[in-house]
Amino acid sequence: MIEVKNVTKRFGATVALDGLSFEVKKGEVLGFLGPNGAGKTTMMRIITCYMPATDGAVSVAGHDTLTDSFQVRERIGYLPESAPLYLDMSVADYLSFVAKVRGIESGSIRDRIKKTSEMCGLRKVIGKDIGTLSKGFRQRVGLAQALIHNPDILILDEPTTGLDPAQIIEMRELIKRIGKEKTVILCSHILPEVAATCDRILIIVNGKRVASGTPDELTSSSGESVNITARIHGPKEDVREKISAMDMVIGCRIKETRGDGPATFLIKAKPGDDVGQDIFKMAVDNNFSLSELRVERVSLEDVFLQLTTKEVVSE
Amino acid sequence: MRNVCAIFQKELRSYFNSPVAYIVIILFVGFTSWLFFRSFFIANRAVMRDYFSMLPWLFMIFGPLITMRLWAEEKKLKTMELLMTMPIKDWQAVLGKYIASLFLLSSMLILSLPIAITVASLGNMDWGPVIGGYIGAFLMGAAYLSIGVFASCLTENQIVAAIVSFFLSFAMWIIGESFVIFVMPASLAALFEYVGLGSHFKSIGRGVIDSRDLIYYFTVIGFFLFLNAKGIERRKWA
Ligand SMILES: Nc1ncnc2c1ncn2[C@@H]1O[C@H](COP(=O)(O)OP(=O)(O)OP(=O)(O)O)[C@@H](O)[C@H]1O
Ligand SMILES: [Mg+2]
Repeated sequence: MIEVKNVTKRFGATVALDGLSFEVKKGEVLGFLGPNGAGKTTMMRIITCYMPATDGAVSVAGHDTLTDSFQVRERIGYLPESAPLYLDMSVADYLSFVAKVRGIESGSIRDRIKKTSEMCGLRKVIGKDIGTLSKGFRQRVGLAQALIHNPDILILDEPTTGLDPAQIIEMRELIKRIGKEKTVILCSHILPEVAATCDRILIIVNGKRVASGTPDELTSSSGESVNITARIHGPKEDVREKISAMDMVIGCRIKETRGDGPATFLIKAKPGDDVGQDIFKMAVDNNFSLSELRVERVSLEDVFLQLTTKEVVSE
Repeated sequence: MRNVCAIFQKELRSYFNSPVAYIVIILFVGFTSWLFFRSFFIANRAVMRDYFSMLPWLFMIFGPLITMRLWAEEKKLKTMELLMTMPIKDWQAVLGKYIASLFLLSSMLILSLPIAITVASLGNMDWGPVIGGYIGAFLMGAAYLSIGVFASCLTENQIVAAIVSFFLSFAMWIIGESFVIFVMPASLAALFEYVGLGSHFKSIGRGVIDSRDLIYYFTVIGFFLFLNAKGIERRKWA
């Protein structure tokens, strides 16, 4: 649906995008992730035909963004960073302006406004001036504006910044729902957000791709080890030896404990699903009693930090 | 056309949603009436020449007030990004905004018609020069506004936009005025007089509408609207 080939964008001496290529398939929700200044907004501006790339090509639904920009613009709904809106217009007036420009026939404009404002939870504020709305509602107006012509493609640049936690969750739910029928690119530097809503994640740093894949792929490919915490009643040294002897285990040490209670073992193992099971089995087989078993997965957060800081260090 | 119309409506709505339009219209009508009638009753002749001769100066102030927010505000609020990623051609956006400013100019002139009617009722007025004066005033004002929208697209600061358009308008007007032409070599004088905004206004104001004057104004307007379209395209090469 969206194809980005070798896109480079320079602003004078600054290189915002450096030979970036990727693809978004129809119906996919892509999380576009990167630290501040990575070039996310710049990439979205190129896809939406706001500015051309210095080099490379972008096509949307088979239409080139340079030569066929009208076709591209008609298919995209765009919520720019910080949801810029005309503050002196009422929500209804604004949506009807966008609907007109988007080519919706005047007969069905009311109907579309009603549908989208319902979908975005704007019913109560429809007659208010946008300038008087709270940040969360403005963000929703921005989203409604992007959805009014029922586009195939939705591009959202940090749609949840400035929202309170409850609204963030609501917004994510909304995006998830929309993502079921549309192709979506969601820009963010907040990982849980992307992990919660996207099919696939693309991480860029300094305008270059550093990783891409499903959230699961990203965590398993880059995690070198998992940490396991186990509390086991039994002869400490004996237990430790038995654990260390297991296939997947890299190392095991005993956490200092006070008194006679069960010892806590900190285990480092290769990633895989069965380590916890093996430990449980071992304990049962040896008649040790197991009072706690916790496997800490490498979080996406770790992966992200690892990827983005590695790049910066090697620069 | 649909897009031009949508932009025009949007701009008009925001003129009349805010006090700007009312302030501009009331100030203009009040100020011109006061200035005009102050000397009118002294001269005591049923002509409006004095009225029209102060318009080039007043438009230099009121024009920038009307146009300053048209693009500067889009840039400031960053709504430009949304506007330019919708299926609207640059020239459609330029034209829609420009026509909205023309609407305000027309309102100003129409609401000042009572001045002409008052004068006509007080004496035996020759309508020819008055009608010509109004047409000339509209065309000259339209030229000032085209300069103003262009200036507005150069910056995100409305005050800067107003100042730039004031000086551009002033320059376009002054180069054709007699005290500038007077010091010019004869070969340049004719050119400067033609390029200046004022001479055409005066000739239309005599009640004769010459196609050369019309062509002049349409050229100036077209030129600045073209620059305006180029100016908003500039973002692409930033
Ligand atoms: N119009 C511009 N002129 C000059 N430099 C620019 C312009 N737009 C972006 N840049 C530069 O390009 C780089 C990428 O910026 P961009 O806004 O795309 O980052 P981002 O990933 O969206 O960051 P954030 O998470 O902070 O929104 C930055 O170094 C920025 O300073
Ligand atoms: Mg950004």
